[in-house]
Amino acid sequence: MRRITRIATVGLASAALALSATACGGKNSSDASSSSSSSASGDAKAATAAIAYDIGGRGDQSFNDAAYAGLQKAETDLKIKGAEAEPTDGEGEADKVQRLTELARKGNNPVIGVGFAYAPAIKKVAPKFPETTFGIIDDTSVTGPNIANLVFNEEQGSYLAGVAAAKVSKTGTVGFIGGVEVPLIKKFEAGFTQGVKDTNPNAKVLSAYLTQPPNFDGFAKPDLGKAAAQGQLSAGGADVVYAAAGLAGSGAIEAAHAAGKWAIGVDSDQYNQAGLSKYKDKILTSVTKDVSDSVYNLIKSVKDGKPENGEIRYGLDKDGVGLSDSNPEYKKMADVIAAVEKAKADIISKKITVKTAP
Amino acid sequence: MKKFDKDRLLLAFAGPALALVTAFVLTMIVLAATGVDPIDPLRIMVENAGYEDVQVLIVNQAGTYYLAALAVAIGFRMNLFNIGVDGQYRLAAMVSAVVGTAVTLPGPLHILLIVLVAMMVGAFWSGIAGVLKAKRGVSEVVSTIMLNAIATSLIAYLILPKNLGVQPEGSNDLNTGEIAQSGWFPAVDLGDGLEIYGFTFVAFALGIVYWFVLNRTRFGFDLRATGASESAAQASGVDAKKMIITSMLISGAVAGLAGMPVLLGESHTYSLSFPVGIGFTGITIALLGRNSPVGIFFAALLMAFIDKASASLDTAGYAKEIGTIMKGLIVIAVVVSYELVGRYGIRRQQQKVGEELAAGGAIKTDKEVAA
Repeated sequence: MRRITRIATVGLASAALALSATACGGKNSSDASSSSSSSASGDAKAATAAIAYDIGGRGDQSFNDAAYAGLQKAETDLKIKGAEAEPTDGEGEADKVQRLTELARKGNNPVIGVGFAYAPAIKKVAPKFPETTFGIIDDTSVTGPNIANLVFNEEQGSYLAGVAAAKVSKTGTVGFIGGVEVPLIKKFEAGFTQGVKDTNPNAKVLSAYLTQPPNFDGFAKPDLGKAAAQGQLSAGGADVVYAAAGLAGSGAIEAAHAAGKWAIGVDSDQYNQAGLSKYKDKILTSVTKDVSDSVYNLIKSVKDGKPENGEIRYGLDKDGVGLSDSNPEYKKMADVIAAVEKAKADIISKKITVKTAP
Repeated sequence: MKKFDKDRLLLAFAGPALALVTAFVLTMIVLAATGVDPIDPLRIMVENAGYEDVQVLIVNQAGTYYLAALAVAIGFRMNLFNIGVDGQYRLAAMVSAVVGTAVTLPGPLHILLIVLVAMMVGAFWSGIAGVLKAKRGVSEVVSTIMLNAIATSLIAYLILPKNLGVQPEGSNDLNTGEIAQSGWFPAVDLGDGLEIYGFTFVAFALGIVYWFVLNRTRFGFDLRATGASESAAQASGVDAKKMIITSMLISGAVAGLAGMPVLLGESHTYSLSFPVGIGFTGITIALLGRNSPVGIFFAALLMAFIDKASASLDTAGYAKEIGTIMKGLIVIAVVVSYELVGRYGIRRQQQKVGEELAAGGAIKTDKEVAA
């Protein structure tokens, strides 16, 4: 036993030494212009913009993809280079701080955190890089001279979805599926429910959340969305489901398609999404949240030398949120469209105030 | 006897080494099979680990993992599988954050209070599983998994603004409010905003306590004895039921500490984005480290390295999930290689004992002849 302890002590000590030795010659991951950033160092002078994704990452057919679309548009239109970084599951604040620091140090400007989870990290990193503009989507709690808060009136878009759902529904029962029960998604639910009730006071809204935080599977796992939608469609008697659940929402769309009922998409115009083309004829409409435009605008403002800062709110009035009409079936429903347009005008003229919490 | 120890030591290292080599080779095969360069991602990961900021992340993460793995290992030593570490540390962090925010005490006392509350909550949560096991024979595997789910729901309920949580103005996050500065654990400042959480050192120090209690106290002996054979321990006067409850309580108390490095050193609040899943990684680490405090230390460093060094692979054009694949393969390789090495060890031991007996027997007969 004693021998083992001695060997262990030696091992420990040498490991600690090795670690501290490398740390002394310490370089930060972002100082190096080797391998990982070799692609960028080719034309280091070109302006670059970076986005750091939320849970789910690129390929979620929703929130993160919308941000990516904005970056892509900026790449082609503004001739800038884009950088992206994805989170790891279950990571903490320190990882986000490190990610943003690395992106900022590499000279990306702006650096955009997609999602409210980046707020504490931006609060720490932004003051260290006064020349860099930081964008954060869905949060106004952190502010600073170089922070742009990109926020949306999700409840307004969802209200319109509620109007459309109530008009289209024959059973008088509609379903709402929220990805994770967080305040942000509650805004979607509040707006949707209010829209349904204002249109048809007798209508019933079935409401379900897929997971509770800190389990964010509800934004990532389509099977959860599918199961919840199946429940609302068959047992609950709903004939329209609105899923505000990121990637999990595609499962709800699939279930609605299988049942021959309507689905309402979220964030992007999901009718036009390649990954969902099999089910698109049953995607009535989508509540768009123009994350892509907000990302593009921020990048453009930085490039033009007039970086946005402070709260930049995207509501119905600026088409920051809205209801898509790509589905030809939807375009034929004149009465639905009329009701939606009227509601939209009322919200813009502030005749209707949409609640942000259910 | 000396030679025997050397063999055992060799075997103890052979298991993890075999597992790691297999896992890395398998990872490379997976990469090559999917048409990705099998060497470059690994090279980038090693390169990443050379950077100071990544090293700090690795060390801090390793401290957190170390605590979770110790909690699991205490259970393992007693032949109890505490899968509930994940729920225990989250609930503990949440409740202790609430308590820590509500009070203001002079520095050390404030920290001590938060830590004690965390340990008590963790112990309480695992204690439920312990009592169920001791009194009703409910498998702790089942009950702790269920308690994880219950903890998730309970936290989600408690953190609502109408209960204990707060929604900061303009934020879409929920948290428990910020703990006053007196409740922040001092960190080792490396400059440039890089800090090693002070609690990381507490974590590693706890490894020594773990070793001492298990190997140098009556309680540790009872625990290991009960783990090896419950009935034999009972026959020699150990109250097995009491041991089950006690070891579950201790396991939970240590699990409760797993959230402390982050809570006391970084976030100072429990929010929706508090790290999750540490308890499950802790199981992997305890397995890999063979429940030994030193083994767990290296295993925790390894897992933290894979986590942090792979995080930026995607900026280099590779999927960072390579790290996840690697971790999964390590778990499989660990189970297989420990089994193989274990069997080999037993066979060798049997052979040796056989040889020694034969040799000893020969000598004895010689003596008898002489007599």
